[in-house]
Amino acid sequence: MSRTPTAKTARTTKSVKTTTDTKSTSTTKATPVSPAGPAARERDPGGGIAWWFSDAGEMALRNLKHLRRTPDLMMYALIQPVMFILLFRYVLGGAIDVPGDDYGQFLLPGIFVQMVLFGSVAGTAVGVADDMSKGIMDRFRSMPVSRSAVLAGRTFSELARTLVAVVVMIVVGLLVGFRFDGDPLPMAGAFLLLFAFGYAFSWLAALIGMAVSGPEAAQAGGTAWLFPFTFISSVFVPVSSMPGWLRPYAEHSPVTVVVDTLRAWLGGTDAGSAAWQSLAWTVGIATVCAPLAVARYRNK
Amino acid sequence: MPDAIAVEALHKRYGDVQALDGLDLTVEQGAVMGLLGPNGAGKTTVVRILATLLRPDSGSVRVCGVDALREPERVRPLIGLTGQYAAVDEKLTGFENLRMLARLARRGRTESRDRADELLAEFGLADAAGRLVRTYSGGMRRRLDLAAGLIARPEVIFLDEPTTGLDPRSRTAIWKVVADLSAAGTTVLLTTQYLEEADRLAHTVVVVDHGTVIGRGTPQELKDRVGGERLEVRLQDAGQYERAERVIRGVVGDGPCSHDDEGRISVAVAGGAMLMPELARELHAAQVVVADLAVRRPTLDDAFFALTEPGEGSISGADPAPAPPEAEHVTAVTAGRTDQR
Repeated sequence: MSRTPTAKTARTTKSVKTTTDTKSTSTTKATPVSPAGPAARERDPGGGIAWWFSDAGEMALRNLKHLRRTPDLMMYALIQPVMFILLFRYVLGGAIDVPGDDYGQFLLPGIFVQMVLFGSVAGTAVGVADDMSKGIMDRFRSMPVSRSAVLAGRTFSELARTLVAVVVMIVVGLLVGFRFDGDPLPMAGAFLLLFAFGYAFSWLAALIGMAVSGPEAAQAGGTAWLFPFTFISSVFVPVSSMPGWLRPYAEHSPVTVVVDTLRAWLGGTDAGSAAWQSLAWTVGIATVCAPLAVARYRNK
Repeated sequence: MPDAIAVEALHKRYGDVQALDGLDLTVEQGAVMGLLGPNGAGKTTVVRILATLLRPDSGSVRVCGVDALREPERVRPLIGLTGQYAAVDEKLTGFENLRMLARLARRGRTESRDRADELLAEFGLADAAGRLVRTYSGGMRRRLDLAAGLIARPEVIFLDEPTTGLDPRSRTAIWKVVADLSAAGTTVLLTTQYLEEADRLAHTVVVVDHGTVIGRGTPQELKDRVGGERLEVRLQDAGQYERAERVIRGVVGDGPCSHDDEGRISVAVAGGAMLMPELARELHAAQVVVADLAVRRPTLDDAFFALTEPGEGSISGADPAPAPPEAEHVTAVTAGRTDQR
């Protein structure tokens, strides 16, 4: 079998590394890979903060394009808050005694918080789980993309979705007779707190999204715990109506303190210590979950 | 000139499976290296380690002189990756995919748009630039994926079975891209299950099995070792084997010859097609009943068969006419590999 020598074969003669005994290397104990921590081996690439924002922005843009191209998903995300407002206001509300005797006024701040949690947790967990199951994540990870920016982009785009949901809830709230009685500054603070609280939980959701097997599991496992988590709080009923053994938890649940703060600020009263507790929970959850999520993404 | 890829004593274990067992690999800058092996040989594991997606248990990996295990972030700007499954975003258009990836590869806004347009044109996707990728055909996706791997003009590109499952036209198109890349001085590491593909594209071939290198050399050396074309004779009655072999030897000479229990005889020949009329005549004259007579190119099976013979570690300068192996051996190797073709 002779072949006319071509440029290709001529070139190869020098690029062949002769290794006559390939077995010998497998028996030699090679230098073990140093178990350097994630920080040591995964420094973010150079380029500084501007490139970090660029990376996160590109990721967020990608997610928003996905969202725009699946309008049905966005619709479902908006139907749930509207449904909850209407069902609790008109079906269950009549049987629930609240201070002030106006259930609509009591309910809406609670629904704001609950639905923002459901939206950002479900959205982020499913989004992250979906990304992890796709080959494009390998491409991102083989590129000089900031590790934290990939997840930050996801949480940013979920914030945009939360914004739309909150606007819809405000409109429906006004239609069912909710009165925004607070002063402008506390009311602005109330909405800022609402977004920050949801954003902090989207980092917890990112952790869930990476821990589960896929988007379907993320949908189920990511939101199931939110039912007890949000129901055992002051969202729908006064905590004082709960049995004694449940009350200590319900009174100190992060959901309760945030809902109480929103109620006070939107209704024109003083939130008291609930405001500071809300802030502490929000900052605490974000500062614990965000680094954990990024570390997990790096090592995945 | 430093090697573009230098891998030493790579070990990787997944549970009970030793995916890589002391694999060594070097690719000179600008060369095309073909990593040839069946499913489960460890090809993809090597690529994932080189692409900084996976850490080995032990061993060393350098890409363009940079230690990929200590400083993966310095390797990433130098490499491009195209996997077996298209790693592109289905819900974005072709243009959006490439523009985004160019931005993520730290290119400016205008440059990113230009680069996306340029690659779409180069890969024959300009007309589909504005369509969502989920509407693309398999071949179009793979081309987009290849374009995505080239977005940052990498010095080293890893192609993991780039043509598996593609129709012949798309395969030829990908082959052309690889040839062009090589001509432009890019180092290419390509994994494949097809001997023909390695032959077409690679300057050097490394054959892997069970996570270790079982042979390396040029495609020509590999083919010489395997014995080029093979003449296959299938007998109606396996009992006529000895008589048939005598006739075959008389016509084709003493090439490496093997047979199995089902009456299949395979012999390495040169110019096999020209020998067929004479062979048919002689077999007929000797009253050997033939069910099938064919000339085929050597497959990966044949390469494995040739390389897994005892005492053979390297295909460089190997004896082109090895002794015929035992029949059981043939059957075992063939049966074990048929699904890999």
